[in-house]
Amino acid sequence: MNLTSGHLPHAVSLPWRYEAVRGHHDEMLAADGVVRAHWQGLVEELGEIGADELSRRWMRGRQLIHENGVTYNVYGDPKGLDRPWNLNPVPLVISSAEWTRIEAAVAQRARLLNAVLADVYGQQKLLEDGRLPAALVLGQPSFLKPLHGLATPRGIYLHLCAVDLARAPDGTWWVIGDRTGAPSGMGYALENRLVMTRTLPDVFRDCRVTRLAEFFGQWNDSTLSLAAGRREQPRVVLLTPGHYNETYFEHAYLARYLGYTLAEGRDLTVRDGKVLLKSLSGLLPVDVIVRRTDDAFCDPLELREDSMLGIPGLVQAVRLGNVVVANALGSGLAQAPGLAPFLPGLCRHLFGENLLMPTVATWWCGQAGALAEVCERIATGGRGIVIKAASGAQMREPVFAEQIDARQRDNLVRQIRHRPRDFVAQEQVRLSTAPSWDDGLLTPRHLMVRVFAAAKSDGTWAVMPGGLTRISGSTESTVVSMQRGGGSKDTWVLSDGPVNPHSPLRPPGAPVEITRAGFVLPSRVADNLYWLGRYAERVEFGVRVARAVLRRMTDDLEAVELPGLLDVLSGADTRTDQRWSDMPLSKRVIEQLFLEKADGLMPAPVRLDVEQAQRIAGSVRDRISSDAWRIITRLADEFVRPRVSSALQLNHTVDLLDRSMITLAAFAGQAIEGMTHDKGWRFLDVGRRVERVLHLAGLLKWGFAADAARIRHRNEAARNENPDDTAERFADTGPAGRQPDARRLEAVLDIANCAMTYRSRYLTTVQAPPVLDLLLLDESNPRSIASQLAALLDHIQHLPLKDSPAILPADQRLLVELLTEVRVTDVELLANEPSPRVHLSSLLDRLYKALPALSDILTRMYLSHARPTHQSRSAGELDIRKMQ
Amino acid sequence: MRYRVTHTTIYEYAEPFSSCHNQVRLIPRDLLRQECQNSEIIVDPTPDAIDRHVDWYGNIVESFSLNEPHESLRITAVSDVEVRAVDPVMFNASPAWERVRDQLAGESAPATFDALQYIFDTPYVRSAPALAEYAERSFTANRPMLEAAWDLTKRIHADFEFDPDATTMNTGVLEVLHRRRGVCQDFAHLQIGCLRSLGLPARYVSGYLRTAPPPGGERLIGADASHAWCALWCPALGWTDFDPTNNCVPSESHITLAWGADYGDVSPIKGVVLGGGEQKVKVGVDVEEAGG
Repeated sequence: MNLTSGHLPHAVSLPWRYEAVRGHHDEMLAADGVVRAHWQGLVEELGEIGADELSRRWMRGRQLIHENGVTYNVYGDPKGLDRPWNLNPVPLVISSAEWTRIEAAVAQRARLLNAVLADVYGQQKLLEDGRLPAALVLGQPSFLKPLHGLATPRGIYLHLCAVDLARAPDGTWWVIGDRTGAPSGMGYALENRLVMTRTLPDVFRDCRVTRLAEFFGQWNDSTLSLAAGRREQPRVVLLTPGHYNETYFEHAYLARYLGYTLAEGRDLTVRDGKVLLKSLSGLLPVDVIVRRTDDAFCDPLELREDSMLGIPGLVQAVRLGNVVVANALGSGLAQAPGLAPFLPGLCRHLFGENLLMPTVATWWCGQAGALAEVCERIATGGRGIVIKAASGAQMREPVFAEQIDARQRDNLVRQIRHRPRDFVAQEQVRLSTAPSWDDGLLTPRHLMVRVFAAAKSDGTWAVMPGGLTRISGSTESTVVSMQRGGGSKDTWVLSDGPVNPHSPLRPPGAPVEITRAGFVLPSRVADNLYWLGRYAERVEFGVRVARAVLRRMTDDLEAVELPGLLDVLSGADTRTDQRWSDMPLSKRVIEQLFLEKADGLMPAPVRLDVEQAQRIAGSVRDRISSDAWRIITRLADEFVRPRVSSALQLNHTVDLLDRSMITLAAFAGQAIEGMTHDKGWRFLDVGRRVERVLHLAGLLKWGFAADAARIRHRNEAARNENPDDTAERFADTGPAGRQPDARRLEAVLDIANCAMTYRSRYLTTVQAPPVLDLLLLDESNPRSIASQLAALLDHIQHLPLKDSPAILPADQRLLVELLTEVRVTDVELLANEPSPRVHLSSLLDRLYKALPALSDILTRMYLSHARPTHQSRSAGELDIRKMQ
Repeated sequence: MRYRVTHTTIYEYAEPFSSCHNQVRLIPRDLLRQECQNSEIIVDPTPDAIDRHVDWYGNIVESFSLNEPHESLRITAVSDVEVRAVDPVMFNASPAWERVRDQLAGESAPATFDALQYIFDTPYVRSAPALAEYAERSFTANRPMLEAAWDLTKRIHADFEFDPDATTMNTGVLEVLHRRRGVCQDFAHLQIGCLRSLGLPARYVSGYLRTAPPPGGERLIGADASHAWCALWCPALGWTDFDPTNNCVPSESHITLAWGADYGDVSPIKGVVLGGGEQKVKVGVDVEEAGG
């Protein structure tokens, strides 16, 4: 018996009511209702905390999950993207002695499945001798023929293996299934642990829980060692299908945690049989690909031709030995449930060992005896069995034979008899339960534990001490699936010995080379950071305009007219022809503008911009700090959450905008202070400043000079030029008189965030020349056009160029020209020019055209291979058809 | 018979593609009755390297890629091949088809291992009751397997019309069965599907036909292009080819290029092109008798 030290095996009384479910094993309560020894520590600790405090702390836990952006995408549900991760605060506790058995069983299973893969992709002795039916290998699409015979380092195919375990009513653990292709869940387990240690640090410490960090360190060492002999500092990328994948969060999370570059298929290319990362610094060689994309999708040339997620030529690069893919391509084969009946025999044959933990009873219908038995059981009601695809393919939903009617059962039997090799039947396990915190109550939920094993460089397997425990959505439900509304728990493996309190990824004392280079920046990421900068600025400008308008409305509700100001803001929205100035500046407009999706009239541009910024930020999760991400999440919440009643509460809205300004300032501050000033940061800032020049130009135009017809014309031209760009921000109506309206100029200063500066300098009424000087020329003003251009020039001079050309590169030349033109401007002359102020207009117009052009040049020079290219097949099939 | 085979494929693109990765299976296999004496692949523009490997089925595969923008790609394969006539096979001396089926349905054994993989469904050919039904009129009880297969070949030739416009690459075997028309590839897939639906191992063969007919003979359908037929495995006898398009057992006029479980395994050229816009393909095959 294993007791947590300091606790006696006397009955600890439960602080809350809790009733186990009859007929199922309960993890916490023994059959006699006594708390099991290894749960007593946790129960006492939770009892001391009390329900109220636990609820309070858990609110913080949920907040952490939300702000860290821990999400799980649910397929087939339009709202399912980025669903918050569901974690329950009561962990699953496993005793040290029990864990020792689980650990041994999982390590053995990983070793066995690896040996099966090694045979199948090598000698095929098991197949030839009939120890493994050919149908389960040669007849499976998951057997990737192009990979047969290709060497893998140290004979390892399965670098990472996940095994799902469940506990039957008699207390024994069973294997429910294996994940060998690209197992998911490890990152979530790590994040669960992080949230738990933040919210229940005292409980965690006192319960003496085994730490996870050592396991990740071993896994990382093993991954790096795959590139042994290639390079001093091997480059590892984590290959993700992209941010629509259900577990994208953990791809980004693990990449960050382990320091690997997160790459999508299109970030990589194969040249001369080598895999290269398309980065801002050019094409960089890749040594190891940690794969989270399903293997069949990894190479459209030799594997699934319809895949858009892969890297054409990857298999050839593997064949030439130029890159290691982990898990090896083709390893998904070993997760087929059809293999289960053969594993005990294979384990004895290959290792001379008995399988330490049984797989839940499985019948593969490709065997005559099994087929007859399965059909008989289905025909007589199908109690307790579930029918699955033998290959483990997700396409076929498992069928619970007892839950369908007689006609459907007949049909199922017919289907199975037609293709018996495609089916397995499995005994359903009556899953154990564990207490879960459910709104102040403790209720039993059914559970499964996913345990992870990683191949170590010494050829043995390390098992992560813990795992991802998944629970059913309710006590009644026995379906345990994140896709179907289940939840998760942290898994606490208690320690017998001392617990290492620190959790460094690398062992202390290991020499670390000092570097300033940091992560490699894939071109796609630079592109996204650039757009993140632009959208962040766009949102900020939108909020400033909106606030300026609203403040004036609260002063004097209907009287204020700032004609055309909203057009400055709405110029981006070309989807409707409705113009803001055509509508009365009423409550309705304001409501639509900021808070509601319009009734088909016009979408709220600021809110759309926020959503866009959040989406882009989501796709570069591994590049921005968790603080920056948290800020963006908060911003999105501010815009999306509040439901304002139809009676407009102007004050409320202004408050909201004030709050948003603070959040935006926090994001900008985080970008300046919290990000290393590397190339990624430069792209973010370039985007921000490009956008800011466009806004300032639009704003000045509105304040000083505008001519309706010309602007409309230009807007249309700009629209045709680049629909993505915000190339139109000009107001329709402008001041008719010689002097710009003072109220306009005040609004300009307000929106440009320069009112304070102006007042401190001039202490007088607002006049045109000083305003123009401050916003156009003054390089000491961080909000002037000149200072944006100077900053842009500085950034661009720091971006890497492939070769150093004798003449100034196009981007720098353009900026030097613009900056010079602005610097030599005579502000007095421009400001005092009579309306329509042709010279000022033409200067602003030039800026307006030049910035999108700069954007294009930058894209061409630095990001060209970030752009998606159409992928098509050139196939030989055409020759047969064309010619006959 | 000696042949010189020239197979030219020209891809033209509306705009320059940025890169392409290709794999070609254009070198005829060596068989007991076929020898590829010389083979050369010319790619224009010239890639830096052409890598060669042997695939799972024993076919020779060449891989290359281009990473500079180009507007066209031309692949020319020239091979000198010596082909001998097939030894006459006594179809009625083959075992009853049910015996072969039952032998393969049991546990795998070294003797049947090579054939076993060809009884399973593949992306282009899935077995179906309708296919079994069509086949069963030839595969009557206890009939010698090859005799039945030859009868099936003749029936497909008689029942189906050659029609290049009736089907596309994505037309399924059942659809072909229903429409009764198609091209050589469809007929090969159809016959494979029929055989697999009975539990027999059948594979897909790609190759060429001599361009000019032998003296006094008729010009074969599918000359001037890649051709395709199927083969059936039989214990002791190994593989026997059947050409349902031309109603014959391939012999001196058929040059074997490659084989696999279905078309997807052996397409002579496949590739992934990035960019390039619309693509036009021109193919020319010339199989000249080289004397001897």
